[in-house]
Formats: sequence, structure tokens, C-alpha cells
Amino acid sequence: MLSSFIGTGPGFWLPRQGSTTAAGVDYLFNAVTAISIFFFVLITVVLLYFVWKYRARPGHEAKASAVHNQKLEITWTVIPLMIVVWIFWEGFTGFLNLQMPPENAYEVQVLGQKWKWLFTYPNGVVDDNLHVPPDEPIRLVMTSQDVIHSLYVPDFRIKRDAVPGRYEREWFQAEEPGEYQIFCAEYCGTSHSAMLSKVIVHRSRAEFEKWLADAGNFLDKLPPEKLWEGGQKLYNQRGCKQCHSVDGVAGIGPTFKGIWGHKQALKDGSQATVDENYVRESILNPQAKIVAGFEPVMPTYQGRLKDKEITAIIAYLKTLE
Amino acid sequence: MSHEATPHLQHHFETPEQQFDAGKLGIWLFLATEILLFGGLFCAYAIYRANHPEIFLYAHQFLDKVLGGTNTVILLCSSLTMAWAVRASQLGQRKLLITLLSLTLLGGFGFMGIKYVEYKAKWEHGLLPGTHFAPHEEAANDSPPGEGVKPPAHGKRPSNVQIFFGIYFLMTGLHGIHVLAGMGAITWILVRSARGEFGPDYFTPVDFVGLYWHLVDLIWIFLFPLLYLVS
Amino acid sequence: MTPKDHYLNHTSGFASWAFTLDHKRIGVMYLVATLGSFLLGGLAALAVRTELISRGPTIMDADTYNKMFTLHGAVMVFLFIIPSIPAALGNFVLPLMLGAKDVAFPRLNLMSFWLWVIGALFCIGAVISGGVDTGWTFYTPYSTTTNTNVIATTLGVFILGFSSIFTGLNFIVTIHKLRPLGMTWFKMPLFLWSLYGTALIQVLATPVLGITLLLLIAERALGIGIFDPALGGDPVLFQHFFWFYSHPAVYIMILPAMGIISEVISIHSRKHIFGYRFIALSSIAIAAFGFLVWGHHMFVSGQSGMANAIFSALTFSVAIPSAIKVFNWLATLYKGNIHLTTAMIYALMFIITFGIGGLTGLHLGALAVDVHLHDTYFVVAHFHYVMFGGTVIALLAGLHHWWPKMFGVMIDERLGRIAAFFIFVGFNTTFFTQFVMGSHGMPRRYYDYLPQFTVYHRISTIGSYVMAAGFFLIAYYLLRSLFRGQAAPMNPYGGNSLEWHTASPPPFDNFTTTPKAEDPYDYDRLVPDEVNGGYRSLTYEGVGTR
Repeated sequence: MLSSFIGTGPGFWLPRQGSTTAAGVDYLFNAVTAISIFFFVLITVVLLYFVWKYRARPGHEAKASAVHNQKLEITWTVIPLMIVVWIFWEGFTGFLNLQMPPENAYEVQVLGQKWKWLFTYPNGVVDDNLHVPPDEPIRLVMTSQDVIHSLYVPDFRIKRDAVPGRYEREWFQAEEPGEYQIFCAEYCGTSHSAMLSKVIVHRSRAEFEKWLADAGNFLDKLPPEKLWEGGQKLYNQRGCKQCHSVDGVAGIGPTFKGIWGHKQALKDGSQATVDENYVRESILNPQAKIVAGFEPVMPTYQGRLKDKEITAIIAYLKTLE
Repeated sequence: MSHEATPHLQHHFETPEQQFDAGKLGIWLFLATEILLFGGLFCAYAIYRANHPEIFLYAHQFLDKVLGGTNTVILLCSSLTMAWAVRASQLGQRKLLITLLSLTLLGGFGFMGIKYVEYKAKWEHGLLPGTHFAPHEEAANDSPPGEGVKPPAHGKRPSNVQIFFGIYFLMTGLHGIHVLAGMGAITWILVRSARGEFGPDYFTPVDFVGLYWHLVDLIWIFLFPLLYLVS
Repeated sequence: MTPKDHYLNHTSGFASWAFTLDHKRIGVMYLVATLGSFLLGGLAALAVRTELISRGPTIMDADTYNKMFTLHGAVMVFLFIIPSIPAALGNFVLPLMLGAKDVAFPRLNLMSFWLWVIGALFCIGAVISGGVDTGWTFYTPYSTTTNTNVIATTLGVFILGFSSIFTGLNFIVTIHKLRPLGMTWFKMPLFLWSLYGTALIQVLATPVLGITLLLLIAERALGIGIFDPALGGDPVLFQHFFWFYSHPAVYIMILPAMGIISEVISIHSRKHIFGYRFIALSSIAIAAFGFLVWGHHMFVSGQSGMANAIFSALTFSVAIPSAIKVFNWLATLYKGNIHLTTAMIYALMFIITFGIGGLTGLHLGALAVDVHLHDTYFVVAHFHYVMFGGTVIALLAGLHHWWPKMFGVMIDERLGRIAAFFIFVGFNTTFFTQFVMGSHGMPRRYYDYLPQFTVYHRISTIGSYVMAAGFFLIAYYLLRSLFRGQAAPMNPYGGNSLEWHTASPPPFDNFTTTPKAEDPYDYDRLVPDEVNGGYRSLTYEGVGTR
């Protein structure tokens, strides 16, 4: 369907350019690198030359020389100053480009949570990857469920913190269809390095719209006996998988394998049977009943999972013997 | 300089004047660090008040201006007795020095006593910071004398009122700890004064503890209007 | 040649060290303490790098890894790098350079040391009882909600802060009030100017760290809510408070290092330092400007574009004085008589590695580029080049330069050169690779990584082992010199600052007769000492010998 994700890209220093603003950032990066290399070589060559030429050896002595030289000192102050002023200006104007999305940007809501990115599209679809049409500006409106995360797309040269309690924005426009890596770039705990996602740039607006429509309908389109597949997809996509395994091994949260219909021992000493009501309550009000041996760290999905989605998840749980 | 003539002169200083000057610079630097320590809290106050003036307008009514004002007067008077005590030590007036230091210490006790009354009332009325904020609406009827939870005179309670109490307890709490430390230091020089250790030749510890006490007073002079007199 | 009675053997027994008021002994105790911390932090680093040699779990799980990099950062920053040069070398050398008998407040000095020990015990206790996994930066809300030992660690750091404040306070008063007759401000050695600038930062910035940590503890213990958005608080406020101290803190780390380089380059090339006045004043300028740039750690945190622009501009302004110092040091070498002692090799190495660190700061100060590089390995490489390639290399230079004075023995120069080679090769292999990894998008504080980054991580890890070998060699020959080193003359390298005009090691009260200060960089006052080795002063015949 889409060209496969390419690893670290074309240059020695930088990956491929996936967005319209990447070239500007790379220009400045390369300019500063060139300036740095120039001064580094200059300093190193002078240093090595002086160390060789003035090395202590029999008969050689230090010779007095001026201990300050106004012209020289002014020159080597003013030239670096002019250079850094230029770098500052380029950095600042480039930054403004990165900050200000064009007027007609397509908006996607982003939620960071430990340890998953969730993207909500204008039609209400929630997906764990960022699907976008090509050649259109995309604005991301981001917040966090819990701690500070940061959405970073190296190929687009964009990054912005997702802060709980407020909304941050970043934007990009991708031209080349393909998949681009998303990282979380603000340390957020155990699985910080596993909080990965992809930007999937579709080949055309039409292809994107079709994906969006299908994603919105996927549960409705499933025959009842296949509803559990929808539940499985939600399990994978909506952050359940980060903490709950399906293979019997306990993670941050209890495993789902084999729990349906059985009793769970709770932290407060009581017991609960894993039935429809228990599952529904655990999803919408996770602090109500905590299984013994686990911590009360699950975020609520109130308002984030619809009733039919919860039904699909229940169907999936039933299949996990 | 013989050791008998200048028993307090430490071996690495040339003259008592040099030693005194060094000590003076040292204590002023220490006071600067205290100002920066409290500065962070004043900064937090400024940011939250600028962003949420309604919280401060509403919540400060729960503070008793009379008690706060009394504390201000107490500290000011104790700064007076402290400054006078330094003068007494410089003039070798031992009995006066002891009296004045005792009065200063008494002022400290008075301040902390009133603080206790205020804190106790907050605790009883559930006016605590952060997650512990749980105001008792009916507390207005059984408030202890001199301290009352007044029903708000204007407007309903804005959200996040607990922020005010967080800042209130942090600032007055840290200040209170410094008052206690100051009282400890005053007790120490009181004991030394009783032993006759201070006179025109050597009054350095009295001078420096005095400076610290003045700073503690000064910080309260800022805290009082900022917390109690919001308008 | 080695005096019979000196500060190390003047009195003996545990109590004579534990309760000493002698700045030299306190300096030695700090040296042992900070180098021990460097070992602990270094072992944590080797553990981190070993885990990263392969993808997936290698020797530890994710939670342990997160605690390991936090341990590495916190120990290195708070227990090692901030105290090391000022409290170890500074304590030893500063009064001697002033011709004084001690610092202004010797008891406060001792208290500073014991506060360090208590703070260290809190931190070690926190590690032993489960560790902390927030990163050394303790960002909220993660640090207010994680269930690891945040309070114990931050209390330890709070106490360490007071150790730092009191050292700074002591140094400021000493430099103001205990300068000898004739030593005006502009006649002081540059190491003292650098310690003065450092002390100003220690005194003015550390209290802000103190209140920040208190607020964090209050948030965790009492639920105050000042950083919790659910209670009306602001998590980014923590970052402002934290970096308001922690950025100036990096100048605490580098200013004394630059002071050492000025001394070593000048003395070991027998040339008067070039641009004395500029270097002296730049120490104060860097200290002052360092307070104005904290927001450059927060360019993508959501602060306003205007704030970003101001912080970026000020960040570049701080770069200039540092760059000019490099030019001044090169100009000092011009027409000199350069002795490639181990100390000098490290001083020259500093120029190279600190140069790279400083130049890559330009990338990070440029707003548009920082968006891409922030929180990647590029930043990790940058700060290791300035903190390690800067401060640690300068510490090594200073240690080798003053070792004969402190312990009365010379170091094996051949082993010194070999170790320097290992460290240079190992360090650059470890960290230059990380620049490239970072600009390709490899984020930092990552337990696991994508396949395309494997080769970089492998190279970096191997470099760290080479570096470690260099350090073990240094430890070996330094310790061996204490038992079998050749006796050191009073002035092996021909310095003219006052510490070189007393015995090696110095007597317990520093000087038999207080010397009069002259230009510390006037090497015409020194001629080779045919009898005792090293150099002798034409001004101070016989001073300091017993």
C-alpha cells in the first residue's frame, strides 16, 4: 500500500526531508556546522602549529610578546559577534515558519498518554497513527492525559511538548507519500522509548478520505461473530496493550488471558467476577476496583471509548482463554 | 597582637577589624541567599496572582487581618528591641542587653503563638492546600474567638481556590521556620550575654543575629500585605 | 627536599582529619569524596552504555535503566562536578594563592564538607532503597506522581545545595578581605577570578534550586498542587524554577575549569597570559549573563515566541566571551617555550574538546535547529563535550599541575601521556558518535532504540570502555605516586603565584613568612633551580623551606 519506512536517511548528519519546512532547518544546521568546522579547524591547526613550533627543546626559550593587542582583540570579538547575530536571526525567522501554520490547515487532535499517542480526526475517528493527506498543511492540537510528552517527527524536523492541562500546537506539510517515524521526546517513564507511532502520508487526498471513512465505520461493518476482531484492534490501538498482555504475563496491569468469567482478587481484600459490568466499570472508572498486586495507575477512558467500542472489547476478552 | 589582648582574633586574620569586616560581608551574603530562597515563592505568588486574581481576592478573606496585623506590630517591635540590644552590647550594658534580647525572644514566641492560632483555625475549617482543601461551610457558626471563616461577601467560590492556600502555607510556613531558627539563635546569644561574653571589644554575634532577625521581619512586612490585604 | 613536617603529617588520627579546620585537609577530603562520586557516576554510565550495546533488554529492564541514567546524572552533577574544582582544588589553592593562612570562615568550610557528606548519604540511601527514575531534572508531573524515592533524593540535593552555598560564601569573603598587601584585584591569579565568578553563582543561584526542590517535596508530601494542572497548577513552572538555577550551575562547572586552563597554559609555556583583563572580567560577565538564558532549555515547552527569541539572543551573547578566552589561550602559546607535561596535554586537549562543545552550542541556541535537536543525543553529546571535555579534562589538568604541591610527589609522566591518549580517543569515540545519532533523530533517555541506530550505539559503548581504561590507569599511577613517587621540588613547573613559594607539601600554616605579591605571570622572576630541581624565585630566596 505505502512505500516502506526508510531508516536514517540521505546525509551524514540528517535524515531525509519529509516536510516543506525541513529544508530551511537543514540549511541553517549545515551553515552552523560549516562555520563550526571552519573555526574548529582554525583553532586546531593554530594550536598544533604553535605546540610544534614553540615546543621546549635545548636552546629554545620563550620570547616576550605583547600581552594584549587592541586591534586583534576587537577583531576577534566583532567577527564572532556578527556571525552569531546572523545565526540568531536565521534561527528566529526559521522558528516562526515552524510555528505558524497556514490558514487552511487540516486539524488533528493529539493525545499523549503513558505510553501511546492517540490521534482524533475531525469525524471522531481515533487511531494510533497519524494519517494525513499529502501536500496539505496539517495542524496538530496536542495535550497530555498524564505527564509531559513531546511529539517528535525527525524527518519533518518538528517537535513540541504535549503538556497536561493545556493545548499546544505544531504543524507540517508533507509532500512525499510514505511512512515517517514519530517518537516521544520527553521522558515519561518505563516505556518512554516504546511510545512510537507513524505519520502515514497517503498518496492522495482521496485515498486519505477513504481511509478515514473506513476507519470511522470499521466496527459497524463487522458481522457480529467478528466483533471481537474490532475489540482486538481497539486493544492494540487505544493504549490497552501497553499495560495489559494477552499471553498470561502480568505487566503494569493484569493480563487479559483467561480472566473472563473468573473471579479477581482485589486490593481491598474483596473479590470481583470479570463480567460485562466489571469490564465496563474498569474502563470508565478504573480506580473503583484495583486488582491485588497492582497499582492504581490506569487512566480513565470516559468519553474516549464509545459504548459499542466497549462491547467490542468485551467480545475480544471472551476469546482469550 | 597578643592573644590576651584579642582573645577572639582567629589565627588567619591579621586584625580584629579585618575579622569583623569579613564576618559582616559573610552575613550579608547569607541574607542575600535567603532573599533568593523566598524570591522563588514571591515569584510563584506573582505568577498565580497575575493569572488568577479572582482566587486571591476571594480566598484572602479567610485570613484574619487583625491577627496578621498584630503579628506585624509584634515583629516590628521585636526588631526595635533587637537593634537596641546590639547597641547595648556595643556599649557593654549587660543587664540591658539581657532584657532586650529576652523581649525580642518574647516577641518571637508571641508571633509563633498567633501563627498557631491561625493555622489551627485553618485546619479546623478545612482550608488546606492542594488535595486537602475541604472547606467546612458550616464552620462560620463555631469558629473560635478572634478567628472566623466569613461567608464570602461577594461572588461564589472560584475554582482552584486551594492554590491560594498552597501559597499561603508555603510562604508563611517557610517564614515561620526562619522565625524559629532566629529564636534559637537569639537564645544562644542570650545565654552568652548572661555569661558576660559581649562588650565594646566583641559584639559580633549580637550584631549578626540582629541582622538576620531584621531580615526575618522584613520578609513578613512583605508577606502581610500580599497575603492579607489583597484588594 | 620534601619537608619533614607538613600539613599531611603535622597531626594524625581520624579526629584530626574529621574535625580539621585546615583548608588544605578539607580540600583533600573533598578530592577523595568527589573522585569517589565520579567513580560511582562513571560505573552507572558504563552500565547505561552496556545496556545500550544491543537493542532490547541486555543487562537490565526498562525501570532499572531509567533509574540508572538518573543515578548517573544526579551523582555526576550534584556530587561530583559542581563541588569538584571549587571545593577540592579551590579549597587547597585559594588561600595559598592569596598568601593567607586559611579561608575567611574555616569552621563554615568544615561544615560545608560535612553537609556534602550528609547530602551524599541521603542520595545513596535513596539509591539503595529503590532508586529514583525521574532523570536528574525531576520534571513535573512525572516527578510528583512516580512512586520512586523522589523525596529522599531531593532532600539530599537540597542539603548538597547548602554545602555549595557556604563554599561560595566563604570564597567571596576570602577574596574580598584576605588579599595580601599589594594584590589588587587585577593582580590576582586568574584562577581566583574564576573562583570568584563561580562563588557569585553558587551564592545567588543555589537558593533558587533549594526553593524549587522544597516545592517539589511539598507537592509530593502535602499535595500542594502548585505544579498539578488538575489543581490549578502549572507543570511548566517547575521547568522555569529548575533551570533558573541549573543553567547558571553549568557556569559553576565551567568557570573554575577555565581558570585552571589559564594557569596551566601560561605556566607550562613560560609565557605571560594574553589578555589578562579580558579573561578576568569575562569570568564575571559569564556569571552574570548565565542567569539570563535558562529558557533555552525550554524552546519547545510552549513558552511564547517572544520569550524564545530573547533567550536565544542572550544565549549567543554568552558564547562570545568563552570563544574569546580560547583565542587568548592560543595567543598565550605564541612564542612560548611549551613543555608537554601531562597537565599541559590536558590543557591543550581542553581547547579542542571544549571547543567542539561550545561550537555545538551554536546549533542548539538557534531556535529553528533546536526544535529538531532538543531531547536528542545531540544535546547529550553537547553537554558531555562541555562538562567532560571541559570541566573533567580541566580537573585532570589541575590535578596533575597541583599534585606535586598537594602531596609532595611527582607523577609518572609516561603513564600520564598514555592515559591521556586513552581518554582522548575513548571520549571522542563515545560522544562524537552521539552528535550524529542525535541529528538523525535518536531521542535521549531511551531504553531501547530502532535498528538503524544500532551501529552508533555500539561504537559509543566501545568508546566508553576505552575511556574507562584511561581512568583506571590514572587512578593507578596517582595512587602509586603517593607511595613511590619521586619527591617534588617546591616549584616544579615554575609558577609565580604564591602557592609555588612554599614547600611541597606546604606546612600546616601555609607560609613561614608571608610572601609579597607580584605579577603571577612574570616568569622572568624564576630561574631553574640546579640544586633542588624545578625553579627558584629570584624574589623569595629560601622562603617556605624549613
